[in-house]
Amino acid sequence: MSELRLRAVVADRGVDLEFSVAAGEVVAILGPNGAGKSTTLHVIAGLLRPDDGLVHVGNKVLSDTATGIFVPAHARRVGLLLQDPLLFPHLSVAANVAFAPRSRGRGRRVARQAAAHWLKQVDAAELADRRPRQLSGGQAQRVAIARALAAEPDVMLLDEPLAGLDVAAAAAIRKLLRGVLAGNGRSALMVTHDLLDVLTLADRVLVLESGHIVESGPAATVVAVPRSHFAARLAGVNVVSGTLDDGGVVRADRGARWYGRPAGDTPPQRGQPTIAVFAPAAVAVYRDPPHGSPRNTVAVTVAEIDTRASGIRIRADQQPDGAPGLAADITTDAAAELQLAPGEQVYFSVKAQEITLHPA
Amino acid sequence: MSQPAGLPRWIYLPAAVGVLFVALPLVAIAAKVQWPQFFSLITSESSRTALLLSLRTAAASTTLCLLLGVPMALVLARSEGWLVRLVRPFVLLPLVLPPVVGGIALLYTFGRLGLIGQYLDAAGIRIAFSTTAVVLAQTFVSLPFLVIALEGAARSAGDRYEMVATTLGARPTTVWWRVSLPLLAPGLVSGAVLAFARALGEFGATLTFAGSRQGVTRTLPLEIYLERESDADAAVALSLLLVAVGAVVVLAVGVGRLRDE
Repeated sequence: MSELRLRAVVADRGVDLEFSVAAGEVVAILGPNGAGKSTTLHVIAGLLRPDDGLVHVGNKVLSDTATGIFVPAHARRVGLLLQDPLLFPHLSVAANVAFAPRSRGRGRRVARQAAAHWLKQVDAAELADRRPRQLSGGQAQRVAIARALAAEPDVMLLDEPLAGLDVAAAAAIRKLLRGVLAGNGRSALMVTHDLLDVLTLADRVLVLESGHIVESGPAATVVAVPRSHFAARLAGVNVVSGTLDDGGVVRADRGARWYGRPAGDTPPQRGQPTIAVFAPAAVAVYRDPPHGSPRNTVAVTVAEIDTRASGIRIRADQQPDGAPGLAADITTDAAAELQLAPGEQVYFSVKAQEITLHPA
Repeated sequence: MSQPAGLPRWIYLPAAVGVLFVALPLVAIAAKVQWPQFFSLITSESSRTALLLSLRTAAASTTLCLLLGVPMALVLARSEGWLVRLVRPFVLLPLVLPPVVGGIALLYTFGRLGLIGQYLDAAGIRIAFSTTAVVLAQTFVSLPFLVIALEGAARSAGDRYEMVATTLGARPTTVWWRVSLPLLAPGLVSGAVLAFARALGEFGATLTFAGSRQGVTRTLPLEIYLERESDADAAVALSLLLVAVGAVVVLAVGVGRLRDE
């Protein structure tokens, strides 16, 4: 069983964070470009020495700046899978997978058996004699997974492993990863930009911004009630932050009021920092201030207009506190009637029963 | 023939002049050769000795270039240390140095009174004006060719395969033999061929540092220069022989490149 514990400060990348991954757990790391996601993986893999920090796997110390311990990358049993499969082009598929056992001093026959075993595990046994350049992107990533697993790593690091694949291949690899990732009590850490990866593969989510963890929690919670701007944008829900005052109202930082229902299980308390969460589909869009029941109405400037499977998404300018602009999903008919263009002012209106209030 | 996009027609004129400038002298040599005697001229005792010496020394210096140049190229390509960056221009200096100057520099390094040579001499080892000196002179001038070719290849290949190999549990030495070197094989071949060709044609540094002793240090270019005084026909024939060897080498590399593409 191999729990991963990490604390790392890498000054010139602005990274300063601490977290752990339980044995058998899959944790997704989310965050904008340059947030320090890959740097974090490199520290764990031993490709980068932290300025300050430690890496523990199970009861093994891999890095510890306090005692000067630094186990070289090849002796760490930390696997790395990247967007680019990086199969060795001069070796056959079988030899690629046998590379790790051979490097650990196993005999040819044993290594070949191991390669056959792992290729079978990823449903790629029939590719054994091919050269890497004869493989499709999905096949190559399959073989790369087998190659990484053949090293029998205690920790598996994945850096956007599905980003380079088309939708069908990504779905197949995602299914494969779900089966093999956390086997044998291995812990896994996966950098991704894909909500689907988070929902299907990850137990827990860490959101990194500017080298710091800004949010962490169970995958389902982070997606449903995101606290960080990045997670909100990824999950595609609207989040407004502020403080709760009387009558279930969030007073947003710029003074707008949002009326909603307190969340059932963990309702926010009065005076507490609170977020209001609502789906883009719950937002109605008007050219003129609407009359009647909806109490939550704000004037916004249209930033982007996108087509979606379900209709048209209108995204407003960034909120005053830097949070992603509010989004509204409307039907194509409504969009045709409104004739909106970026830069125009409109009114977003949400019924109070569509908004849930959560402690921030 | 289609007109390549963005290429003005007039540009073919200077290009053609350039091709002629390179090709014409080769034609001139071929025209000057006494073809009936060609075979006997290039198989004379002194010519054969010189050719064999040239091939032997060029092969030895190419081997030496590989042994020293491959590690050099990899260190230059991968290391980011200030010392490496400082040393880099000096390593490539022989590329722009007149070979005669290189020969003099070697003489004051390995010669009897040289920097290292005086100690070697005391130990009974004399390098200057020996076949070893020929090999050293050739290595001195051709090493940068190999290093430059290989360093470029190593830089453009990057070190991501090495990184993956490391996380798969391979020690640095294993990574070197099983990943780095095989991936660099194409660059290695063209670099070695370039170094061999340059060593084969070496003249200035060899003459200065090794002299011109028949069978010991008189390589083919030196033999040609010498014959030019006494027997111009033999010089021309041998020149054509060197051109032929050079052409074979260049074509071999060219074919290899084409196949890669």
